[in-house]
Amino acid sequence: MSEDHTDASRVETPGRGLSVEGVTVTYAGAALPAAVNDASFEVHRGEVVALTGPSGCGKSTLLRAIAGLEPLAAGRVAWDGENLASVPPHRRGFGLMFQDGQLFAHMSVAKNVAYGLSAQRAPKELREARVAELLELVGLPDYGSRAVTELSGGERQRVALARSLAPGPRLLLLDEPLSALDRALRERLAMDLAALLRDTGTTAILVTHDSAEADLVADRVLAMRSGRLAP
Amino acid sequence: MSPKRLVPGHLWWVFATALPLAFLVCFFLWPVLSLIAVGFGIGGAATGGATPGIGGFVEVFAQERTWRVIGQTLAQAVCGTAISVVLGLPAAFVLYRLEFAGRNLLRGCATVPFVLPTVVVGVAFTALLGPGAPLGWLGLDQSFLIIVLALAFFNVTVVARTVGGFWSQLDGRTEQAARMLGASPARVFFTVTLQRLVPALASSAALVFLFCATSFGVVLVLGGRSFSNIETEIYRLTVQYLDLGSAAALSLVQFAIVAAVLVVSSRLRLRLEQANQMRFDSGQAMRVARTHLPALICFGLTALLLHALPILALVLRSLRDGTGRFTLVNYRNLFAPPADARLNGSVIDAAALSIGIALIATSIAMLLGLLVALVASRRPRSGLLRRGLHAFDGVVMLPLGVSAVTVGFGLLLTMHQPFGIGIDLRTSVVLLPIAQALVALPLVVRTLLPVLRGIDVRQRDAAAMLGASPLRVLRTIDLRVLARPLGLALGFAFATSLGEFGASAFLVRPGAQTLPVMVSQLISRQGAENYGMALAAAVLLGALTASVMLLAERWRGKVASEI
Repeated sequence: MSEDHTDASRVETPGRGLSVEGVTVTYAGAALPAAVNDASFEVHRGEVVALTGPSGCGKSTLLRAIAGLEPLAAGRVAWDGENLASVPPHRRGFGLMFQDGQLFAHMSVAKNVAYGLSAQRAPKELREARVAELLELVGLPDYGSRAVTELSGGERQRVALARSLAPGPRLLLLDEPLSALDRALRERLAMDLAALLRDTGTTAILVTHDSAEADLVADRVLAMRSGRLAP
Repeated sequence: MSPKRLVPGHLWWVFATALPLAFLVCFFLWPVLSLIAVGFGIGGAATGGATPGIGGFVEVFAQERTWRVIGQTLAQAVCGTAISVVLGLPAAFVLYRLEFAGRNLLRGCATVPFVLPTVVVGVAFTALLGPGAPLGWLGLDQSFLIIVLALAFFNVTVVARTVGGFWSQLDGRTEQAARMLGASPARVFFTVTLQRLVPALASSAALVFLFCATSFGVVLVLGGRSFSNIETEIYRLTVQYLDLGSAAALSLVQFAIVAAVLVVSSRLRLRLEQANQMRFDSGQAMRVARTHLPALICFGLTALLLHALPILALVLRSLRDGTGRFTLVNYRNLFAPPADARLNGSVIDAAALSIGIALIATSIAMLLGLLVALVASRRPRSGLLRRGLHAFDGVVMLPLGVSAVTVGFGLLLTMHQPFGIGIDLRTSVVLLPIAQALVALPLVVRTLLPVLRGIDVRQRDAAAMLGASPLRVLRTIDLRVLARPLGLALGFAFATSLGEFGASAFLVRPGAQTLPVMVSQLISRQGAENYGMALAAAVLLGALTASVMLLAERWRGKVASEI
């Protein structure tokens, strides 16, 4: 699934891309209100959609539900019309970038970026070329042999982005990717991220509480309040 | 994990759970339960002493001696734990909060006392404090105090390492805030630091209590006629009087104590893990200052008087003959025992056999421990599965507290043509590594599990989102992180197997003695020559375990173990 997803034709026909239909996520055994309540929206191929809202509104939970990391209490998540209920996270072909990167501390930068490619059993030459290409893309060429622990906060998030992009996900899920960084760095990286997503034609959902960031990066912004999507 | 996602790795997990469970059921639960059943006259007549059945049970508890033994066990455990905590706290501070040359070396050495075989420490304490010993005039031979001190010898380092690992990660700014509010250093320690250390202190104290309450070798060697505990009493009843009824009743009492402590300890451990999960800035180690003097003195005295002095006395006395002259004759006798020693083979033969058996036991314990740790570190969504895992974790910990003597005797009882197989396992030496692996297994699990539980769940999520299958996640995340504590776990497993005494005492065969059993036999015999050989053999055994542990220490990375 390397090139075909990123370069696939971006004809916006209905049902082409992600559809989220009436998704509800509840916390196990709790009488709490649902974390996500009856959420429905679509993301067309090549489109970047932002999910915004105050912290605790359920936007990250919705993102994890789309990834397959949270079980659905109701509703369905589909790609190109195919229901993903029985597809485990690692077979969905989605990428997820975490707020704090979640880089693997026991691997070098290059090994981190190559992780998804190794899981696909890509040949070594292709892996190395792709790692070099992506590190170049995120502005960190020649960082391959470094230890993850030596990196600054901004560099870590760049590596995390390169790592999520490397396997060529058909949908990239970004969970507050810049919020752990300081303001100046955040603004610069937001611009880089917007350009990068556009240049690679990546379909993406960006979760953020920063509406300026959402406007800058996304084609369309959805607002979320206490578990519900604003109409 | 949703049930759906469990399916691909499903079979693997079933296997990883079933194998350790089957091992424990066959070689632990079944022998122990049948020993108790026989004691109550179920499925076979009880021999000797008490009448079988519930009547016998009542009879045992009507005896004053039973209550005295239970009382002594609890008193020894309480005092041993108290001393360990009181001496362990300054040691934790010095080893984990201060910075000085040689600190890492000292930290490494701190694992050694815990794994030294109980017979070695017992012999070392008598070499220092026994009759005719350098400090024999203190009159501590066969006293309550000498037992409690020997228990503290093992367990001070358990407290120091558990509490120290936690302490080293405490963010010092809370203390600084208290200082800025006008509190003196002592006040800050008692009102802030000590309170924050409570989860670690309580968790290690529960574990130490368990070790103290079930100690066998120490009490057997040092207690003499006047002091015993439940463990040595079970040994005495079964071996000397064949009174299985009373032994079974005492086993049940021990079960009850152990189960209660395990429940309390797992609650406390949970609290410690929760406290650990709070994100700490790793605390700054401090340079030594004058205010640290009380802690330094206390640590120095502990290390010198409690740990170094008995070992030194052991080594020095092993180098002397009956008349007090320096000689190597005791060591020569290890290779070629004197004709009148009536030993089955030389001590060196026993050492070689011990090493071989310990290697097998280590392999078993490592394999099973790895599986248990992997299974127990899962966090399933289903409440039922989570409770199941909790129970699984508890069952695996049982051998930590259940009398090794009971296990050894139970194995002897049940492994005559087990499961209808026409082989009498008792006549071969297979049961030795199995019993040793049982004792080592909980230590392996307690070393590996915290590291696995420390992995952020989202690391596995991140790997899965990059397309890694559950098995691949296991291999590239879990197993990679496990590489660090593996050396320490190996060291624990090998050292405890090598020094195992309680169960091995039942299972050794003529011509197939292990080193600890040989030492205990030599020490109970008459004559300066035998005593000298016992001392030299104890030095050999101690040196073997200590060097294994120090090697393992060098191999491991920075790992906080729970032991």
